[in-house]
Parts: sequence; structure tokens; C-alpha cells
Amino acid sequence: MNAPPIIIIGNGIAGITTARHIRKKSNKPILIISKESKYFFSRTALMYVYMGHLKWEHTQPYESHFWKKNKLNLLQETVTNIDSENKKITLSNESILSYDSLVLATGSIPNKFGWPGENHKGVQGLYSKQDLENLESLSASIQEAVIVGGGLIGIELAEMLHSRGKKVTFLVREKSFWNNVLPKQESKIINQHILSHGIDLRLDTNLEEIIADENGRVKLVRTDKGDLISCQFVGLTAGVKPNVEFIKQTNIATNRGILVNKYLETNQPGVYAIGDCAEQKEPQPGRRSIEAVWYTGRMMGETLAQTLTGTKTEYNPGNWFNSAKFFDIEYQTYGLVSAHPEDNEKHFHWKHSVKDHAITIAYNKETYEFLGINTFGIRMRHEIFDQILSDKRTVFQVAEHLKDCNFDPEFFNSYEEEIITKFNLEFKTKIKLKRKSWSRIFNSKLMKS
Amino acid sequence: MKKLQQLGLGIFLIGLALFCSLMFLGSYNLSNNQFQKIIESKRIKSEIFTGKIKSKIVDKEFSSSFEISEIIINSLKESNKIHKTNREWNKVIYDKPHSFSYEILKVAGTGIIKENKVLFWLLTFGLGIFGSLLFIIPNIITLGPPGIKNNGIYFNSATNRGFLGWFVFIFLVVFYVLLYFYPDYIVNWTYIVDPISENLSGNPASQWFLYGFLYCTVMTVMAIRMYIKYRNNKYQILRTTSVWFFQIVFAFLIPEILVRFEKPWYDFKNAFPLDYDFFFSWNLNSLIDSGGFGLFILVWGIVLTLIIVPVMVYFFGKRWYCSWVCGCGGLAETLGDPFRHLSNKSIGAWKLERWLVHGVLVFSLLMTGFTLYSYFSGSQSVLGIKTQSIQNIYGFLIGSIFAGVIGTGFYPIFGNRVWCRFGCPLAAYLGLVQRFKSRFRITTNGGQCISCGNCSTYCEMGIDVRAYAQKGQDIVRSSCVGCGVCSAVCPRGVLKLENGPLENRTYAPEFPLGNSL
Ligand SMILES: Cc1cc2nc3c(=O)[nH]c(=O)nc-3n(C[C@H](O)[C@H](O)[C@H](O)COP(=O)(O)OP(=O)(O)OC[C@H]3O[C@@H](n4cnc5c(N)ncnc54)[C@H](O)[C@@H]3O)c2cc1C
Ligand code: SF4
Repeated sequence: MNAPPIIIIGNGIAGITTARHIRKKSNKPILIISKESKYFFSRTALMYVYMGHLKWEHTQPYESHFWKKNKLNLLQETVTNIDSENKKITLSNESILSYDSLVLATGSIPNKFGWPGENHKGVQGLYSKQDLENLESLSASIQEAVIVGGGLIGIELAEMLHSRGKKVTFLVREKSFWNNVLPKQESKIINQHILSHGIDLRLDTNLEEIIADENGRVKLVRTDKGDLISCQFVGLTAGVKPNVEFIKQTNIATNRGILVNKYLETNQPGVYAIGDCAEQKEPQPGRRSIEAVWYTGRMMGETLAQTLTGTKTEYNPGNWFNSAKFFDIEYQTYGLVSAHPEDNEKHFHWKHSVKDHAITIAYNKETYEFLGINTFGIRMRHEIFDQILSDKRTVFQVAEHLKDCNFDPEFFNSYEEEIITKFNLEFKTKIKLKRKSWSRIFNSKLMKS
Repeated sequence: MKKLQQLGLGIFLIGLALFCSLMFLGSYNLSNNQFQKIIESKRIKSEIFTGKIKSKIVDKEFSSSFEISEIIINSLKESNKIHKTNREWNKVIYDKPHSFSYEILKVAGTGIIKENKVLFWLLTFGLGIFGSLLFIIPNIITLGPPGIKNNGIYFNSATNRGFLGWFVFIFLVVFYVLLYFYPDYIVNWTYIVDPISENLSGNPASQWFLYGFLYCTVMTVMAIRMYIKYRNNKYQILRTTSVWFFQIVFAFLIPEILVRFEKPWYDFKNAFPLDYDFFFSWNLNSLIDSGGFGLFILVWGIVLTLIIVPVMVYFFGKRWYCSWVCGCGGLAETLGDPFRHLSNKSIGAWKLERWLVHGVLVFSLLMTGFTLYSYFSGSQSVLGIKTQSIQNIYGFLIGSIFAGVIGTGFYPIFGNRVWCRFGCPLAAYLGLVQRFKSRFRITTNGGQCISCGNCSTYCEMGIDVRAYAQKGQDIVRSSCVGCGVCSAVCPRGVLKLENGPLENRTYAPEFPLGNSL
């Protein structure tokens, strides 16, 4: 009999990255089991399919022959149980498979908070391929939509429906959009931008009840302000939670997610968890225990592949970064910028007088160490900020080298002069911008000069 | 606004329909006088041919170009046949039949179109331009605030190989076939641009003048569309302005004005081997015959290809030519922009591309080698192969079918850069320089890539940009024309076209940035 394979449950970014990197180093048999789709696709691209920018096949980062060529076997099935003592899993068709190592990369599912009417027809989240297909099939019958929950998926869903000519009401619990992550001034820019696209943004508003018509299809939403909003679709986008329901019945330890140590090991030998479904028992300083983003899924996959090919490796995600797009405004962040700065953290903020370009630089008000940056409508060079953060450079050094940091396309207006003028005023400094230097960029040894 | 756009579309379609129907209007009546002039200017010695034309055509009224063309071509073929059997080589007419027929029809036309050139220009070009602008300009409002405007591209039958796409495809292919192979059928179209041609060069319009004028018109209208679509992106605005300028001034105005001053028609930016007949003996002779200026063109053409082109590619990448200067690129980036996502991204297509495009480069160089050998040695053939037939094959297969019929006709099916990607020998040459010795690359912020696929989808050259970006590898590909659209459509700011130091420009990290492994 053949040796049992490494089984990976979930063909998302976490699972697939693991498989690819194992294959780079070893010939071990690999079986990837995932119910949602045969081939790996980019979940982050779901919105573009609905908006008509892409077709489904474009969301697949590898051509179909890639899997066969690299002997990565795919099985489109649901795993229903895990017997970690005997190293076996059960599929929904009752068949039982043995594994050598087991990687849990089961992702997330949308939160539901027991709202009255949350299971009516026309009410759904946006996470899976099936969610997208449901939305598409309902689409023709939607004129008005209500979106509940002001996170990144919520604003994407708003943009999607808006692009297809639906009238969108956007209920956000917070007093300003995403203000648990973005500092006040930035969050305000996004509020304005959402409104300018003709979205009916209702801040500080909660969903009370979803009301259906005689066919069970949603027709009204009632808010805690007492407003009734007519709609044929409700998008529930109040965050996601780890997809661990079927794991709770096994002897693999879970909390909100599957608990892992810094080697991404669960409490059961030979069983690992990565991606959205994993919960770090001891997250690194400044980091959350569950980070449900694409990048961390990828990095956990890269790390685990080392361990599974014989080099036991700790998960060490390095300096935090992220990015998003709010309708037309691109957002990038490097390092940590708190929404509500405490202790020694202070912010320098600049915004263009009319356009939606802005940056916020967080620094330590005692040592002036640079802590992080948020940019809106301005792209930055990742490598440089990674280096700045690792080297613990000061905010002055960052200001001086802003031109090295910029990553906007050629010929774009540059705002460094404006930024530095405001910076000098606030810090009472006389910093002059250094010219862009290829050698500094290239060595990413930025401020050593 | 939507109403206004529909009205615009309607007006455009009326203009287009009228334009097409011109082919079937008007009448032809060749006077004896006119025919005598043709006999003289073309030095026709075949009395069989002249006899036939005199009896069948001269002073007779024809209401259809197809009918008169058929008679001319049959007469030509029959008389040629007889002369060939009789070995009367000096009496054979070697012209391409339809081109010959075109020249007769051009003078023989009478009737409504020829008498109302300006009116018909307004009814066709005029309505077409007005209607399309009425359709395009309201986009400033209907498309919403500046940003990426790709909504619904895959739902639209024109841009998703639907019914409309196929219709446009057939229309374009028929147009190119007529233009290249049946100019006599479209002689009526040339009348309406006669006034413009006469003002510029002093001559009536040929089918190539018509094509040049149409090209410029289409590029202008579609450049306006680009300005609106990409108004958030200065790189796109500047690039569009640049290709538009080079088309209008270098490919259209300057050459026509040169003719007015009795200089050879020459497009100063059209570099060999794209300009494949630059070294053909008729061109060399004409350049040498026109004295100092001709010699200047000769030297310029050689310097352009051997020095300017590679040096510029070294500093800026092949984009300086392909998407800032070139006429084929200019049409692809304006008329072709709505179809850019239709290019094939598979590895298979990449393989085919490398074989084909380098194959054409080799073919063009061999042909030129043969040509120059014949030119200097005076022999008609090399290694038993007739130089003339190689030139004819190249001109037919590459110059007409590939560059024109397939290159543009297939926009709605295979995307807007089919010619540039699979066929253009100059692009192959620039690509080799770009791949091996250039400061140009697309830098990737690979850590931030979410593998969404927008960049690959909207790459007109079919480069799988995402494959590089998600690995954090900077992109150096010979085919990249640097249009900058991948960078524009990327929602995470991952891609930047830039010119930088040569070292490590193809460096591929083991992991994209972020992980401290
Ligand atoms: C609309 C949307 C937009 C997003 N945009 C961004 C973004 O811009 N940037 C960003 O960083 N992140 C974004 N995210 C989050 C990001 O997509 C996720 O963090 C990431 O996809 C998680 O990857 P994963 O591999 O952990 O899990 P997943 O991609 O969820 O993959 C898990 C797979 O496992 C399958 N599975 C689960 N249980 C079983 C079982 N028992 N048997 C068989 N198969 C099973 C699931 O069906 C699923 O296919 C977005 C998410 C969504 C929904
Ligand atoms: S468009 Fe940007 S984020 Fe999307 S795959 Fe390409 S590089 Fe990555």
C-alpha cells in the first residue's frame, strides 16, 4: 500500500501555499480536500466577478494543469470527522482516509448574531463561491439592498451592488466607518467617499429585524432608529469567525479558532492549523490571536511547509502590513497605527486640501521611533517600510526619505513637498527631502547613509 | 444622460451605415480622353487590352463598381494570357488587377458622391464623429468619480466575445480585406476625403490616404474615450497623448506634406523591420533619386533601427516605442482598449508567441538579406529563390494578413495586441533588448498581492502578471509594452513600472515580503 499522504483540508491561500512549498522541497504525496471549489481561487477577487471585471476562471491563480503536473491531488469533498489517534479522517460520503500529517486550513464563515429574520430568502453573507452564485441568481430581482456591518467585506459588497445599479443602504454600528481600525480623520474621509458614491451610509445604526413578504423573501429591514428600509436583499457582513464547527467534536483543542502554538501545531500530534481558522495561543507582541487576512494565511502556509519538510520552523510573521480599497481610495498600512493612540503613540496627519490623499504616521512621542504609517490614495514601497520598521528608524528619517518610499506610478502628482512642509511646522524641524536614491532603495538599507 | 448616449450611438450607426452604403452608390463613366491618359501614364502596350476596354467600357455608364471592375479585370487577365502565350513580355500588365482597376475607377467615377464630396464627408465621417463623441463624452458623468472603470466589461456582448463582438470582428475583417485586396470596390470612400488630401499633398486621395485619415479619426475619438476612462491616471493620459501625437504628426501630416514638396512619402518614426520594405529596391532607388533629403532618410532609417531604438529601450524599455510612439500600438491603445482583456494568458499562448514573433523577425531579416543581395549583385534570385516572390509572400502574409486583417480585425476576439504580440518583428527585436539589457522592469510589492487576477486579466500582451506578483518577483518580460494598465487596475498598489539599475532586476525571492523566515 502507498504511504498515507499529507492531507490538507481547505484549498484556500493557506492550504495551497503549504502544498506548493512542500512540493518545492519534497515529493511526499499530498491530498488537498475542499468542498467549495475544485481549483484554488482568490477569495479576495469575488467582488470583481460580480462587477463584471473578471470571469470566474480569472480568479484562479494557477492553470488547471498545474495541479496534476505538481502531483497535488485535489478532492472536492467535505470532511466530517477527524480521528487524530488513528490518523484518519471521515468524509461526508462515509469513506475514511489515512493521513501522515493533517493540515487544517478551513478558513472562516460569516458571523450571524441571531437577528430576527436572518435566515429569510435574500439574506446572506459574502464569503464563498456559493454566496457569490446565490447573489448572482438573486441579482435581477434586487432593486434595493441593505448591508449590515461596516467592515472591509461590507464596503466591498456595497460597491458590488452599487456597480450593478442597486440602491444601497449601508448600516454601520460604529459612529464612523471602520473607526476601530482607522484614526478619526481617516475614517471621516472614507465616510465622505462612501456618501459621494451615492450610498446611503447610516452610521451608529444597528439592525433590529429583517421582515419577509408572504413568500419568505426579505422586503423590509427595521433599524434601532425605528426606520423601515425597503429592500430585496440584505448582506450580512458583520465580520467572520473561524470555521471550526466540525472540529469541536474532535479532540483537537479549540477556542474561537483552532488553538496552535508558535509552530502552528494543535494539541494533537501531526495535526496543524493555519490561516483564518487558526488561533495563536501566544500571539507575538502587538498582534492579534486570529488574523483573518490573506497575507497571514500565506505566511503560515510558507512556514508550515518548512516544518513538514523537515525544518521545524516558528511562525514569525514579521512587521504588520495590510491594504484595502474603499471604492476608489486605495489604502495601505505598514507597521501599527492605532485608531485610538494610547501611551506614547502620537500621530502626524496630512491630508490634501481637496482630494482624497492622506497619510498618518504613528511615532513614539518620547523616542520619535517610527511605529507605522497609513496612506490613502498614495502607494508606498513595502520593502523600504519593512526595513525602516525592522531597523527602528525615527520619524525624522522617514520624513527625509519620503521620495524613496513612494510607489505611485510614474508621472503621478507627488505630495512629498506638501507633507514635509506640514511636518516641519508641526515638529519645528528643518528637514529637507532627499532625492530618490536607487542605491538606498535597492539595498533597502535605507537610512544607513 | 443615457438618452443622450443612445442618441449618439444612433447617430454614429447612421453615419456608419451611410459610409458602408457609399460602396453601392455613384456611377462610373470612363471617357476616351481619360483612358488615353491612363494608357500613357501606365505605358500600356497591349492593344488587346486597350481594345477590349474601349469597346466594353469607354463612354459607357456603369452604376456599380463591381460590374465595371469585373470587366476590367477579365480584360486584363485575358490579354495577359494571350501575351504570355505569345511571349510578348513587354505587353503583359504586371499590376495587381484590383489595384489597376482602382486606378481606372478613381478617374472614371461620376455622379452624386464625386459631385458632393463635402456633403458626403459630413454625412459619414461627420455623423460618425459627432455620434461617437455624443456617446463617449457623457461618460464623464455616467461613469462616476475618477477611478477604475471596468464595471460590466464581461457582461457586455461587445467586449465579451458576444454577438456584438463577433459582428465587429466580421466588419473589421471585411474592411481590411477590401482595403488590402479590393481597393477598387471602395473607391467611393476615397472621393470623400479627396478635398483633404488635395489640401495636404496636392493629390487626390488613394485608399491608403483614406485609411490613414480614418486611422487618425478613430484614434482621436478613442483617445478622448481614454482620457475620460483613465482620468485618474496621469501615466495613461500622457501616454495616450504621445501615441496620438506621433500618429497625427509623424504618420499622417509630415508624410503628406513631404509629398507636396515632391519628396518621398516617409514616416520618420516607423522603424525597420516593422517598416519591412525600407530596403526594397524601389524604396532605395526612390530615396537615392531624391537627392540629399532622400539620403538623409536613408541614414535616419538605419540609425533609428541600429542606434536610437536599442538605446532608448535600454533606458526606458520597449514601451517608449510600443505604447508611446508606434502607430499600431496607437490604434491598439485607443480603439483596442475595450478589448485588452481578451488576450490569452495561458503558458501555451506564451510558447506560441515566442515561436511566431521570433519567426517573423528571422523571416524579415532573411528577406531583407535577400533583397540587399539582389540589390547590390543585380541578380533576381538568391540560392534559387526569387527575391521578388519572398517579398510578395512576406507582404501578403505578414504585411497584410497578419498586421492588418488579423492584427486589427481580431481585436474583439483575441484582444488588441495580436499583431504586436505574435507578429511584429520590431517588437521581437525590442523585446530581446528589453529582456537582456534594459533598465526597465515592473517592480512588485509582492507582499501586498492578493492574487485577485486583475493585472493578468487586463494585460493586453497576455502576460500572467499575477504569477510574478504573488511570488514577489520583479517582472522582466520581452513582450511587455509598458502600457501601465496592470499597475492601474491593481487594487492593492502592488505594481510599479520603473527604470532602475540593471543588477538583480530578475531577482526572485524565495518568499514574498512579510514573512521573517
Ligand atoms: C469578499 C472577501 C474579500 C476579502 N478581501 C481581502 C483582502 O482584500 N485582503 C485580505 O488580506 N484578506 C481578504 N479577505 C480575507 C481572505 O480572503 C481570507 O483571510 C483568506 O481567504 C483565508 O484563507 P484560508 O486559506 O485560511 O481559508 P479559505 O480561503 O476560507 O479556505 C478554506 C476552504 O476550506 C473549505 N473547507 C472548510 N471546511 C471544510 C471541510 N470540513 N471539508 C472540506 N472543505 C472544507 C472551505 O470550503 C474553503 O474552501 C477577504 C475575504 C472575503 C470573503
Ligand atoms: S492586480 Fe495586484 S493584487 Fe491583484 S493579482 Fe495583480 S498584483 Fe496581485
